[in-house]
Amino acid sequence: MRLLTHNMLSSNIKGVANGFPLKIEVVKVVEKEVDFNIDFLKNMFHKVEWKALAEASRTVGYAELPENVDAAMLDSDDFLHKFHHALLELHLEEGALVCPETGRKFPVSKGIPNMLLHEDEV
Amino acid sequence: MWYLCVFYHRLLDYRKPEVESLADLFSKGLTDLQCNGSLEWKLPKHHHPDSPFHFVNLPSEEIARSVANRSILVKGIFELWGEGSNFEELEESIKSYPDEKQLPYLTSDSTFKITVETFGKVISFEEQTERIRSLSYIPFKGRVNLKNPYHTFWLIETDDYDSNNGLPPIAGKRIFFGREIGTADRKLLPTYQLKSRTYLGPTAMDAEMAFLMANQAQAKSGKLVYDPFVGTGSILVAAAHYGAVTMGADIDIRVVRDGRGPDCNVWSNFKQYGLPMPIGLLRADNNLPPWRSGLKEKLVNCLLTVYNVFRVDGLEFKSSFNFIRVICPDIAVLFMEISQIHRSLQITRAAKEVLYSESAKVFDAIICDPPYGVRAGGRKSGGRKLLKGVIGPYTVPDDKRTGHIPSTAPYSLVECVHDLLDLAAKMLVMGGRLVYFYPVLREDESIDTTFPEHPCFKLVAISEQLLSYRYSRVLLTMVKIGPYTEEIALASKIKHLEFKENHLKWLEEGNLHSAVFSPADNHLNGSGDTKITKDSKARYRGKYV
Repeated sequence: MRLLTHNMLSSNIKGVANGFPLKIEVVKVVEKEVDFNIDFLKNMFHKVEWKALAEASRTVGYAELPENVDAAMLDSDDFLHKFHHALLELHLEEGALVCPETGRKFPVSKGIPNMLLHEDEV
Repeated sequence: MWYLCVFYHRLLDYRKPEVESLADLFSKGLTDLQCNGSLEWKLPKHHHPDSPFHFVNLPSEEIARSVANRSILVKGIFELWGEGSNFEELEESIKSYPDEKQLPYLTSDSTFKITVETFGKVISFEEQTERIRSLSYIPFKGRVNLKNPYHTFWLIETDDYDSNNGLPPIAGKRIFFGREIGTADRKLLPTYQLKSRTYLGPTAMDAEMAFLMANQAQAKSGKLVYDPFVGTGSILVAAAHYGAVTMGADIDIRVVRDGRGPDCNVWSNFKQYGLPMPIGLLRADNNLPPWRSGLKEKLVNCLLTVYNVFRVDGLEFKSSFNFIRVICPDIAVLFMEISQIHRSLQITRAAKEVLYSESAKVFDAIICDPPYGVRAGGRKSGGRKLLKGVIGPYTVPDDKRTGHIPSTAPYSLVECVHDLLDLAAKMLVMGGRLVYFYPVLREDESIDTTFPEHPCFKLVAISEQLLSYRYSRVLLTMVKIGPYTEEIALASKIKHLEFKENHLKWLEEGNLHSAVFSPADNHLNGSGDTKITKDSKARYRGKYV
């Protein structure tokens, strides 16, 4: 699971008011190279929750992202490459996503998060 | 400018919408050109609407070329130099075509080629050569080059006899001569055909159809495309071919995670064609999608409040909003605090709408083939027992929570479509496209023209594909035109309930399946008269091709 996916997911258990961002429990993180696509990065820049992305990338062991950003930084190659790496190249291969409110764990195995709810959570 | 557009004679309902959607895609960025997404069409004399020959008005030759090259069903788009019902008329027509439009393509330093094409008949090689020679009145100065010419000209003729060409009779024969602007690249179909695919499911989408869907969704580089019923990824493969970044979800974890082994899964389907892999695959339920709600809606509400505090007189709303964004980079936290203090402030409606469109929606397109219970049934979370209301919800004991496999409940089509529209309204960018298949029973020969509606969407294309005598599926293309708000979510729910009531008889679980598969005898009982009306209809292959 890429951090882009993590940035879009939240816990949707019944009764949970604020299920975002999910905490990440790391068992195994792998890096996979992805083609650099500047249009896509610019498209996504305004859509990600930056705080959650910076936090998540630190959790998986990449601390290069700045705390605060603004659109002017999109002109910097260095920044774009860091953003690209954090957003698309870091994979949580094994681990879990933890609901910030209830502590319910959504397992991530073989890179696929399992967001399905149990019968009594619907 | 008007062009002759010649289609492949197949999937008739899909041809014009494809050209319209691509023309819209390539005209974007141009000002005041074809902004409404619909094009002007005309038919040649005496031609039936199902004819492969159409005239279309496109903004420029460049756009016409882009449209033709990317399309699947366009045999060619041509600049028409002349037409007629016999060769004398054709000659006259070509001779009256202005010289300044002909001569630049006939110069001595260029090379050319003439292709002879027929529709509804076959002519021998000698006849073809003879026809090319008869064009000697055109002042070709360049040399012939059959392999790689600068300019290709087409002589296309359709015959007047009324049978075997798959169309209702055409009154007179028609000959067209034109300069080729662009042709479709159908070579990609054998490359991507399903039988070459390593990992297949029972409902994998046919490659040609998947490409048509990707074209309807205007997939291209830099865009994010999502399929909530991804299965083996057959639809996303087409979107990825056009450069889109893809993402998919499925309720069945076996398809998305395991496939049939290390080299036979969704990932390997992309690797096989050298395409970039989906950016994310997950197991999720379309009934309870795990996406953070409305993405940034909370932030938007805070912003609105702050905007009211900081409102600068005389400034347009948008610019003062940008002003706030620039001066406070870490808006989220700061605005949260301020909004706590100024909770009581009122927000104008216009301001709210600007902010909602400003608030980031993620997906540029959603393309899918929902499970409608004919070949594959949908499932949702919730559990069987709970759904039937016999026993209360099953509570998972605490010691068994890890590794618990939840049971799922059947997911009716009507619910599924509602969830899909709601998700699309919430997650698509403004102008984003929702492209999906919807089943239709063909009980009364004419297809039922009521399709699901949503206040956020405009339905721009309806293309039917006949699947059997009894039912067909319709590809619906919807464009997001309005922002998603809570009021709209409610209104659409009410609309949906009305829709459900009117269509309940076959949208309910299992009904569609039995309508499609029940023994023929039941179906025909007492319907002798309908049979007569069917027979009395003009018979031609039409949509069956």
